[in-house]
Amino acid sequence: MAGTLAEKVWEAHLVRRGTGGEPDLLYIDLHLVHEVTSPQAFEGLRLAGRPVRRPDLTIATEDHNTPTLDIDRPIADETSRTQIDTLRANAREFGIRLHSLGDADQGIVHQVGPQLGLTMPGLTVVCGDSHTSTHGAFGGLAFGIGTSEVEHVLATQTLPLQPFKTMAITVNGALPPGTTSKDIILAVIAKIGTGGGQGYVLEYRGEAIRKLSMEARMTICNMSIEAGARAGMIAPDETTFEYLKGRPHAPEGADWDAAVEYWKTLRSDDDAEFDAEVVLEAADLEPFVTWGTNPGQGLPISASVPVPADIADESERVAAERSLEYMGLEPGTPLRDVKVDTVFIGSCTNGRIEDLRSVAKVVQGRRKADDVRVLVVPASARVRLQAEAEGLDVIFKDFGAEWRNAGCSMCLGMNPDQLAPGERSASTSNRNFEGRQGKGGRTHLVSPLVAAATAIRGTLSSVADLDLAEDVDLTTFDGSPLDGVGAPPITETVVDLPMPVPAGAR
Amino acid sequence: MEKFTTHTGVGVPLRRSNVDTDQIIPAVYLKRVTRTGFEDALFAAWRGDPSFVLNQEAYSAGSVLVAGPDFGTGSSREHAVWALKDYGFRVVLSSRFADIFRGNSGKQGLLAGVVAQEDIEILWKVLETRPGTEVTVDLEARTATADDVTVPFQIDDYTRWRLMEGLDDIGLTLQHADDIAAFEETRASWRPKTLPAKHWPTETVEPARAVG
Ligand code: SF4
Repeated sequence: MAGTLAEKVWEAHLVRRGTGGEPDLLYIDLHLVHEVTSPQAFEGLRLAGRPVRRPDLTIATEDHNTPTLDIDRPIADETSRTQIDTLRANAREFGIRLHSLGDADQGIVHQVGPQLGLTMPGLTVVCGDSHTSTHGAFGGLAFGIGTSEVEHVLATQTLPLQPFKTMAITVNGALPPGTTSKDIILAVIAKIGTGGGQGYVLEYRGEAIRKLSMEARMTICNMSIEAGARAGMIAPDETTFEYLKGRPHAPEGADWDAAVEYWKTLRSDDDAEFDAEVVLEAADLEPFVTWGTNPGQGLPISASVPVPADIADESERVAAERSLEYMGLEPGTPLRDVKVDTVFIGSCTNGRIEDLRSVAKVVQGRRKADDVRVLVVPASARVRLQAEAEGLDVIFKDFGAEWRNAGCSMCLGMNPDQLAPGERSASTSNRNFEGRQGKGGRTHLVSPLVAAATAIRGTLSSVADLDLAEDVDLTTFDGSPLDGVGAPPITETVVDLPMPVPAGAR
Repeated sequence: MEKFTTHTGVGVPLRRSNVDTDQIIPAVYLKRVTRTGFEDALFAAWRGDPSFVLNQEAYSAGSVLVAGPDFGTGSSREHAVWALKDYGFRVVLSSRFADIFRGNSGKQGLLAGVVAQEDIEILWKVLETRPGTEVTVDLEARTATADDVTVPFQIDDYTRWRLMEGLDDIGLTLQHADDIAAFEETRASWRPKTLPAKHWPTETVEPARAVG
């Protein structure tokens, strides 16, 4: 029977088919854990006297709360410290591998999985974080779960799940220079709305998607959740295999061959039927920015802030009015005239090496606008080390940006990296909800290229607004793996818990 | 988990659409490591506003929330359900819920019932004209009644059965431990394992410092 990619992965993980409205029971290949959504799950296990069924399919990292400055000093915020200490204690008690602050493999959970080669095609991947959809870029079924599901997976390595519907999102053609995969996904969300993907697994296909690097694919899948979708996925291909090969946990020898042979079957059959389909022409895309307080409220940067009175649909009009009031924006203002206070480059959406490289290309040899604060926060410590090995940190510092340690940082402002009330940011993250980056903070979601141009000009800008040298190639990105950092051989160790923390951090 | 058959309590009209989980409970409250005590965090950003519905005496003891469409979008935080439950809510009605929120609700014994938007409007009218009106939610019959208005709601059969039986998810799954073990036998050897841990050589990560 012809099937979609999502259906194939689903079938391959079926432990038990549900009957009479009961959900199917699916096996989970990889469970990622972080400090925010796990404490109560471990507490639940402890209360019920249950062990973790498969510590060897589970990995934890510290990301949401971790400070991005002075990581060798005690964490000042008491609750942040408590969460992190709780994760460390739980990892020790239940035998879970943990990459702690200060460890070279610490970082945002959705970077850590791929960079270690744990995220692969054809897997089921879960994490107590909605942006788990990121991992679908490798051609697996990856989705966010709540804390009680975290407990469920810890205890059983399975999840009862109701089937999803499938939606094909086909992006034809090639992206124009100055646009990125972030603009594709912002355009998709603006098109289908924040509820448009609800109940669906989105599969991104088409020429424009095929041409993307793994990093760029992760950006797209990452934000599937912002369209309300349960997951996003992209069929694996040579780009995927190339990214994986040689990573610490990638299969080797005969296992690699067997895996690749199987991975090549992971594509939607030509006659597979999707429940819905959306088609986009990449050539029509421009850099997108959001103007409101949900990721669907986005427009091409050449547009102006919408005029609510012109919006026919009443609930949309009211929503727009409320958003504009919160955002402090005058209807009709050209988006390019909107002045920002802070530029945030980072997060699991756009904090990867390729993102940092593309920002560096734009800002190299320039100075940021005087009154703009620029924060560059790599997605993981490895990404940071890689960037430093390439000298990107020097470019950022010369530009006037702050070069930080890895973590979620200002994406959600759980650590000290926050917007002040009324402050406006251009942010490469994924959510522009009210108060997301700090109480009263105003967020415009943008691509790394738009962030870079905005940091230079001080107002929302695209690279087209800069007089970039002809030879700066912004259409191709080098998604080469992180093997520049401490070249192989890969070390294999039986993990000793907790993972090393630099002296003084305890 | 407590069994849910019917519930009667004060209905709270929340005339807002797209109430995301950041609004239900802001991220700062996620730092707690306990499972209860989140009542003060519910709708924290709005609780300072005297005109906010829960700040009006007639509604403050509410237990049936009647919300606009797209309730519970955004982050997957289950704290959103805990906060609603800790405050005293047993039921949320909306014309559309975010998937993750709905899943989380079912597991925690919070009934998330899908009601047609025009019926939501009718309920809002009743609850606003007579603040403090009680709503009776009958899970068996899948109806919600406020005064003389009865509207149907939808909930999938499985979640309904689970709520009515008060069954814990993990216990249910562990009844199939043999199936899980049998499945594990068939897994291909290329599938990843996190242990023993493999990684590139450990390097020192220099702490970033504040500039200026
Ligand atoms: S970077 Fe932002 S979206 Fe990603 S995991 Fe961290 S908080 Fe969530």
